[in-house]
Amino acid sequence: MKSIKQLGLIIFLSGLTLFTLISFFGSFSLSQEGFEKVLTPKQINNLQGLASENLLNKEYRFTWQLASDFKMIFEESNQNLKAEESWSKVMYSDPNEISGNLAKEAAFGMVKDWRWLWFFLSFGFGIIGALMYMLPDLKLLGKPGIKNNHIYQRNVTNRGWIAWVTMFYLIGFYLLLYFFPYLLTNQILLVDDVSLALSGNPASRWFLYGFMYTVIMGTMAVRMFIKYRHSPYQMVRTGVVFFFQLGFAFLIPEILVRFNQPYMDFKNAWPLNYNFFFEWNINNLIANGQMGQFMLVWGIVLAAIIVPVFSYFFGKRWYCSWVCGCGGLAETLGDPYRQHSDKSLFAWKFERWSIHLVLVFAVVMTGAGLYAFNSGLDQVLGIGVHNIQKTYGFLIGSIFAGVIGTGFYPIFGNRVWCRFGCPLAAYMGLIQRFKSRFRITTNGGQCISCGNCSTYCEQGIDVRWYAQRGQNIVRSSCVGCGVCSSVCPRGVLKLENGPEEGRINDNPIIIGHKHASLAKPSLD
Amino acid sequence: MKSSHTVIIGNGISGVTTARHLRKRSNDPITIISGESDHFYSRTALMYIFMGHMRYKDTKPYEDSFWKKNKINLRKDWVTKIDFENQLVHFHQGNPMKYDKLVLATGSKPNKFGWTGQESLGVQGLYSLQDLESMEAAMKRGVKKAVIVGGGLIGVEMAEMLQSRGVEVCFLVRESRFWGNVLPREEAEMIGHHMVKDHHVDLRLEKNLDSIQADEEGWVKSVKIKETGEIIECDFLGLTPGVSPNIDFLKDSGLDLDRGIMVNEYLETNKENVYALGDCAQFLRPPGKNRRNIEQVWYTGRMMGECLGKTLSGNKTPYKPGVWFNSAKFFDIEYQTYGWVFPRQEEDQTTFFWKHPKKDIALRLVFKTQSNQLLGVNAFGIRLRHQLLDEILSSKGSAREFLRYFKDYVFDPEFFTNHGREIVKEYNQEFEDFVELKSKSWNRIKTVLNKNLR
Ligand SMILES: Cc1cc2nc3c(=O)[nH]c(=O)nc-3n(C[C@H](O)[C@H](O)[C@H](O)COP(=O)(O)OP(=O)(O)OC[C@H]3O[C@@H](n4cnc5c(N)ncnc54)[C@H](O)[C@@H]3O)c2cc1C
Ligand code: SF4
Ligand code: SF4
Repeated sequence: MKSIKQLGLIIFLSGLTLFTLISFFGSFSLSQEGFEKVLTPKQINNLQGLASENLLNKEYRFTWQLASDFKMIFEESNQNLKAEESWSKVMYSDPNEISGNLAKEAAFGMVKDWRWLWFFLSFGFGIIGALMYMLPDLKLLGKPGIKNNHIYQRNVTNRGWIAWVTMFYLIGFYLLLYFFPYLLTNQILLVDDVSLALSGNPASRWFLYGFMYTVIMGTMAVRMFIKYRHSPYQMVRTGVVFFFQLGFAFLIPEILVRFNQPYMDFKNAWPLNYNFFFEWNINNLIANGQMGQFMLVWGIVLAAIIVPVFSYFFGKRWYCSWVCGCGGLAETLGDPYRQHSDKSLFAWKFERWSIHLVLVFAVVMTGAGLYAFNSGLDQVLGIGVHNIQKTYGFLIGSIFAGVIGTGFYPIFGNRVWCRFGCPLAAYMGLIQRFKSRFRITTNGGQCISCGNCSTYCEQGIDVRWYAQRGQNIVRSSCVGCGVCSSVCPRGVLKLENGPEEGRINDNPIIIGHKHASLAKPSLD
Repeated sequence: MKSSHTVIIGNGISGVTTARHLRKRSNDPITIISGESDHFYSRTALMYIFMGHMRYKDTKPYEDSFWKKNKINLRKDWVTKIDFENQLVHFHQGNPMKYDKLVLATGSKPNKFGWTGQESLGVQGLYSLQDLESMEAAMKRGVKKAVIVGGGLIGVEMAEMLQSRGVEVCFLVRESRFWGNVLPREEAEMIGHHMVKDHHVDLRLEKNLDSIQADEEGWVKSVKIKETGEIIECDFLGLTPGVSPNIDFLKDSGLDLDRGIMVNEYLETNKENVYALGDCAQFLRPPGKNRRNIEQVWYTGRMMGECLGKTLSGNKTPYKPGVWFNSAKFFDIEYQTYGWVFPRQEEDQTTFFWKHPKKDIALRLVFKTQSNQLLGVNAFGIRLRHQLLDEILSSKGSAREFLRYFKDYVFDPEFFTNHGREIVKEYNQEFEDFVELKSKSWNRIKTVLNKNLR
């Protein structure tokens, strides 16, 4: 058993290494045809001359060489245009992104020709290795029950060097994905056929991302099933959240595209889905007939009715721990790191500021966008709407949700984004805190203050503080993962939906004793 | 009014709860002293530190800044002597401290029964952080096989701890069943079976320790069993045959002592302005029917602290505990108990036991044969709502009522199977009764829960 595990680890790491090194493989040469395929007529017009001289049909070993040549001619052309004051011809697109698309067209040789082999050696090895590493735990970890032994004794889960390396790897990956996609050209190529099969289109970096996201979540869900198999709550929840990722976030949007419908993740609610109310999206939906209009209405209904109503009945957990993709990754890939959330009062204070500021930012940005959309202006109070959206997309959408949100898992815990940044979580949190049937009931006087609940709360809630004084936990940030309840050795905590009356019991009597309570003396 | 300085010896749950409840009602100076740790930590979580579930700092129920914020002075030192005449506390290291009111909350120490060789290295109990450190030191040296003596709750915890580090465990238990002096036969057998079958503990029942042998370095190398004379080799010996009040430093001080510090229901000792509570206190009269005069559990320490905090602030409050409850975990089996369930029932009592055919899930009820009044419940692998149990037991509700509304009582997480139907069916068959299982009703639950609101 142990040797299967070790072999699995080796296979997994080989797959991961290959996946990483593949950036250095293959060759690239851009044909006129590929050039025309990727660029817009305006760009072709601007760049054709320079490109013929110093880009087209040149053979490159690495994508960044191609990208550097392209970015050079792109800059040069823009400078010339500016010098000529031909403002209308100046190009504003992101040359990094275009480089990525060009590099993909330009690829030839061993990676492109042997795509399936490479796919198997990287993704296949990764998945098989990970499963070989995890499945023996069914036996090795013994009977169903809490499996938290050695978490604070292992390098990976105790912020050792492996955790730091993992963090930098993840951060690095996100930076490449968002800002230097051409470095991932070969990785995108590997999933080209999958994309073609699903949507009929070649893979983009977002397809690669979605594919990896789903595969990683699925694989790590297996680990969850093994680890928490004593708890039906955890099993059902993990299954459902993966179902939403696979179906709603990954497959349905691709299939929609195949049928010439707009790409849409039906579960992705505003304001997490911050660009839903962007002009281009609304226009795109309106232009797409009945289906598009349905999508527009659905998006509004989701954010304005379904989200608050469900949060009233079930707390925000219905979304954060059962439906959401960010939450889904946090609960699978991120589960080994849940103990790293900061439990200090300071962190709680910081959380309330940061998450609500992001919510305000999202609301203001959306409001400005809609105002501009209605009025036809592209400025609100002298600020370009487009700039607000771009800033939000960069700071919140990419850096906070992606780079920090996932990158920070191994050191700062798995819900950094959900806790400190997600505007949808903030929105549902307000409902959960003030008008909801959800609470974590504390079981009378049974708490022994051991601290397991607080330690494993990924949202950094000091659950014990409430439990040991017999008070129910009603906190806006609780995502209802249920792990505090699972790890409690004394059966003190129960997530439940019930009558609002008595949900918040600020000054409880600790059961077992008729005379004393924490209440102020005047009340006694 | 002159402010009075309350000095509390012991920063465990009893001492700290006293301080907190006193601070709620008074601004007078409070000092908490402990030789064990700078801050209050949860003793019950010692095992989780060892197993790597938590770090020491995660077991501290309050942030370190809490004490300053609440103006509770902390002092880390061992108290060696108390001068009741001059109201002075003497320390191992620092200067003496004057008190106006003194609270003794010094907890327990592990029992040792004078076995030959019990001072050998690698032989220890489990009570304090220092014990945890010495266990870690033993692990560093290398432990392959351990023997644990004494089949109580701390013994199982120690077994689980050692096994988490790959140590083979042999468990010597004096009774004919695991924890047989507390659990009825079926439960004790189920737990024993779980330990042996699922966790490969070498459980030896009805075995007493005779003597301990050490190697040349003085490290334990084997133990001898009294009944059989068998020698069991081991390189670690855990002694967990219970605990007793930690009062050695109070001997001959004039304080009334027996096994513990003698107190009345107000937790007053024979010395004026000196109180004792928690594990170290012994009641002149047991605080309730069936209760012992020394109560060594977390919850009782907390409840006594609640009372004493009030008393010290001028609102004299007796310790009058309500319905007994307790809980524990035996490896993977969670256990909760409410009211009184003893290994054997009295004449006028009847018991009902249900066990899941395959899993370690079980429920026991004890009730009065005549009136069906519910007296106690043991639950294994089923979590129950404390408030509702407290209510039914204190209001003398019946076993039938409990079963009828069983679904209200269950506190398991959502999606867990509710075994109410099988349980009620078995009860009806066994007692030729017609209890009808009701579905869960929030209305019923709410009425009880909201009684505890103010
Ligand atoms: C491993 C373990 C697991 C347990 N699990 C449970 C459980 O699950 N449920 C449950 O109900 N109970 C449990 N208990 C029992 C429970 O922990 C005790 O009943 C409770 O901690 C007693 O609290 P206390 O405040 O009276 O004393 P303690 O917690 O013992 O605190 C007394 C403190 O005073 C200090 N002290 C003593 N003498 C001096 C001195 N002379 N000078 C300075 N300081 C001194 C001690 O070092 C200690 O820090 C467990 C106990 C142990 C050891
Ligand atoms: S309080 Fe419990 S359920 Fe809520 S987020 Fe924390 S661990 Fe999860
Ligand atoms: S895990 Fe359970 S017993 Fe431990 S502190 Fe939390 S609620 Fe209390």
